Amino acid sequence: MKFLVRRIIFYVITAWAAITLNFVIPRLMPGNPVQSLINKFQGQLSTSATHSLYVLFGLDKKQSLWDQYWTYWGELLHGNLGISFAYFPTPVSEVIGQALPWTIALVGLSTIISVVLGTLLGTFIGWRRGTWMDGVLPVTTFFSSVPYFWLGLIFIAVFAVLLPVFPAGGGYDGALIPAFNTEFIGSVLQHAALPAITIVLSSVAGWILSQRNMMVTVTSEDYVTVAQAKGLKERTVMFDYAARNAILPQVSGFALSLGFVVSGTLVMELVFSYPGIGYSLFQAINAHDYPLMQGIFLVITISVLIANIIADMVYVFLDPRTRQEG
Amino acid sequence: MNTVSTQAPDSTRGSVRGTGAGRPVLEIKNLSVDYGYGEDRVHALRNVSLTLREGEVLGLAGESGCGKSTLVYGATRLLPPPGLISSGEVLYYPEDGGEPVDILRQPEDALRASRWQDTAIVFQGAMNSLNPVHRIGRQITDAIAAHRPETTKAERQDRARELLDMVGIDPGRISSFPHQLSGGMRQRVMIAMALALEPRVLIMDEPTTALDVVMQRQIIEQIVDLRQNLGFSVIFITHDVSLLIEIADRIAIMYAGDIVEQGPASRMYRQPRHPYTRGLLNSFPPLRGPRREMTGIPGSPPDLVNLPTGCPYHPRCPYAMPICSEKIPTLIEPTAGGSEPGRLVACWLEEDAEATVPPELAVRA
Ligand SMILES: Nc1ncnc2c1ncn2[C@@H]1O[C@H](COP(=O)(O)OP(=O)(O)OP(=O)(O)O)[C@@H](O)[C@H]1O
Ligand SMILES: [Mg+2]
Repeated sequence: MKFLVRRIIFYVITAWAAITLNFVIPRLMPGNPVQSLINKFQGQLSTSATHSLYVLFGLDKKQSLWDQYWTYWGELLHGNLGISFAYFPTPVSEVIGQALPWTIALVGLSTIISVVLGTLLGTFIGWRRGTWMDGVLPVTTFFSSVPYFWLGLIFIAVFAVLLPVFPAGGGYDGALIPAFNTEFIGSVLQHAALPAITIVLSSVAGWILSQRNMMVTVTSEDYVTVAQAKGLKERTVMFDYAARNAILPQVSGFALSLGFVVSGTLVMELVFSYPGIGYSLFQAINAHDYPLMQGIFLVITISVLIANIIADMVYVFLDPRTRQEG
Repeated sequence: MNTVSTQAPDSTRGSVRGTGAGRPVLEIKNLSVDYGYGEDRVHALRNVSLTLREGEVLGLAGESGCGKSTLVYGATRLLPPPGLISSGEVLYYPEDGGEPVDILRQPEDALRASRWQDTAIVFQGAMNSLNPVHRIGRQITDAIAAHRPETTKAERQDRARELLDMVGIDPGRISSFPHQLSGGMRQRVMIAMALALEPRVLIMDEPTTALDVVMQRQIIEQIVDLRQNLGFSVIFITHDVSLLIEIADRIAIMYAGDIVEQGPASRMYRQPRHPYTRGLLNSFPPLRGPRREMTGIPGSPPDLVNLPTGCPYHPRCPYAMPICSEKIPTLIEPTAGGSEPGRLVACWLEEDAEATVPPELAVRA
């Protein structure tokens, strides 16, 4: 599988570049950022936090840049991302470890729902042009053209304040102790409903539209006409021949959109005070918590990379032409 | 394998000779097709009538854009938008001799069930006729599965291998993807696929245009062979008339969306009666036999949105008379130039008793 090897090399290089950038950027900051930060916190930082800052910015003059780089990699491979000073003395990896599952579960699931739903709707709308199904499109496009934070606020106003069906924010009921029981999981689901619905509503139009357009293109392909001429069931022609080919660009689109999922998360988690990675990032920025910010950026980069690898594999699985069989 | 190369154009071959012997299998009656709506719609077919008889090879020829493919799509109800059938009927005569069914008015599910069983098609541009994401075996077997649900998966696989073997492809190729095959192989796969259910009618729309001459020969010879063994009827479309003369029993010539002449292949070759047929024959070198002067046809095909009045060929016709630009001639048995069984011509030279038929278009006894 020459193709796979090539892709893996590509991803390894990308990951290396991202991690190295993460090392270089703080070291390029002009002046002595650590001193100005320490001044800003006016003695509230402990000596170990100050030290972690010096290490972070490479102002730890005892080491050469090259040695620092190796130390950085060593720490990274041990999962050590430094000490957060907004949540002092919790290590950054622990802060991220607590926030990440929330984001992955909520944003991941709602993105998947959105893609699956949008692709299915787009398939039907593209297949049966000129029926009532066409009416779905303007409605979903409307939701996607409303700025996300505005949509979120309206949903909170309507479904949490006006009609208190769902909670206005948070990841779960603060009175409950996190555990694997029905009560806690129920509370989690209830809290996730509004964010999930708004994410799906605001992103589904794009998936519908691209799948519909691809369906229209693919439907005029000769092989679809042949499938019809063969007298296959309409369902078979629609899914096995038309949608099966129309979906290929969706997969690449999905990989591309993952980058935007991250920025979308930030707004969503702010609007709904959701305890995910975006919310942590926001707090890190407010608190000038550089180690945490850096850790979060790294995690985001790597998750986007991993998601891209998965999308790539799926594409190779779906399109035999990209496979280089012997 | 060398049926074609050893036979002279007029020798007897096959069980059925095309002069009205067999029963009809497919009868197209007054079929009209337009592309688009309103004033500037394209009149792609104008009242076309054509009959395919049991066991014969009917050749259909004409310049590019005269509506050959449209006839296929229209007659099988596969017309892509904005194509619209504005009139006509397409009668299919069942094998048991029962009442003919009008394909154009058949309910959707009955139509689906009859497709590929009754009429299979090898489309023009077979290059894109295969689904790029499925293995060719699957694309052959899904047609069998749709119409013979009682067969097992293994039986269908065996049948697919057998079909591939029949068209000269290594049966081991069954699990290849289309992109792994050459153009000629894809073409053969399409032919194999079309024969999967042993259809009574096989329509082939320029099945060899994209191929080199050697490959063309091979495929044509294979088709002729297969037809002799399996006994289906063929509509063979091409713009290469000299090829048709060799393989067809009867030939129909199309011009600007209508049939202008039809008749037995050998007669058509030796004795074209419509000026357009003559022009068309003169634009191709004969495959063998004495060379004749190649002249081609001056001018270009008419705009199908605004057809000339009267006979659409009259602006290019060297024999045009005043009546030609006034009234459209009908496709009838010729009289003026001498009658002839099985021959139909749409030309005023043949209809108008006053007209003198030029000697090159008249029947020479
Ligand atoms: N989708 C379409 N919209 C408008 N006009 C069309 C469309 N498809 C075909 N036509 C017109 O209909 C006429 C007949 O086209 P058709 O494809 O049947 O020709 P053909 O005889 O098969 O030609 P060729 O030998 O090149 O395959 C042409 O003049 C073409 O311009
Ligand atoms: Mg054509």
